[in-house]
Amino acid sequence: MATRVGVVVFPGTNCEHDALAGLEVAGARGTLVWHTETQLRTMDAIVIPGGFAHGDYLRPGALARFSPVMEAVGRFAAEGGPVVGICNGFQVLTEAGLLPGAFVKNRGLKFVCAPTTVRVEVTHSVITAGLEPGTRLCIPVNHFSGSYVCDERTLAHLRASNQVILRYLDNPNGSIDDIAGIANDAGNVVGLMPHPERAIDELLGSADGLALLRAFVSSSACVRAG
Amino acid sequence: MRFAARVEVRLRPGIADPEGTTIERALPALGFDDVRGVRTGRSFRFQVDATDVETARRRVQALADRLLANPVIEDSELEVSLEPDSGEP
Repeated sequence: MATRVGVVVFPGTNCEHDALAGLEVAGARGTLVWHTETQLRTMDAIVIPGGFAHGDYLRPGALARFSPVMEAVGRFAAEGGPVVGICNGFQVLTEAGLLPGAFVKNRGLKFVCAPTTVRVEVTHSVITAGLEPGTRLCIPVNHFSGSYVCDERTLAHLRASNQVILRYLDNPNGSIDDIAGIANDAGNVVGLMPHPERAIDELLGSADGLALLRAFVSSSACVRAG
Repeated sequence: MRFAARVEVRLRPGIADPEGTTIERALPALGFDDVRGVRTGRSFRFQVDATDVETARRRVQALADRLLANPVIEDSELEVSLEPDSGEP
């Protein structure tokens, strides 16, 4: 049976169908999960896709964090379940406290929608497992509040425990330490600003996102197999 | 009793505030070349029902900490006072 991935949809989410398409190409079966859902037991993995959850009112992710599904996502993550937040999903995970840090508006107050090159830094996360450290991937970003910030202590911890999984080669938003993606201590919860689901075919400019999605689907299958 | 609350949320010192910086950079062109240190923020105003001012303040503080401000990047400052027309003597 194909790995079953729940794709969380908040009011205002807009990348859920791209995520489904990407997961399908990567060999998984995606299912949309409405934000009022409180049960994720039938899922092998969870994706929180991009968009503008709850209109991004107050701060991106600030209100989404209080949607019922987030309590279930928290339990799922605590039990070791693979969770990846993409763009707005990354913002939701930081607001929910599942990943450290926060986001502020891009350097120069510019909305950035462009291909970026990121470097795979570590491979013990569910989205980089099996890749070579140093691998360069061309994946687009599309955000206004994409500048990752955290305090010095958190940054030191992220570095020391190899939780920075992706770095920009040409930092598009002013993120601290060129951070494009991080994982939690255990490596099962991941957030990244670039959109791998928008880089799944050369026709879209790049198919590099598939490497991450395939890694995610394989590690999710491993978790299920125990 | 009904209390009026105002919560101001600002980016913490050391967190870049590109809006503030952009405003400050535009000011000399308008003749305000004597203005420094522009920082932006948001202000929330609402009423809260509570038995006394201390309880009201605790509720507002909890709301500010839990939702209105993200403590990783923002500070909050609050004011709570009795609503003049709250019907209390």
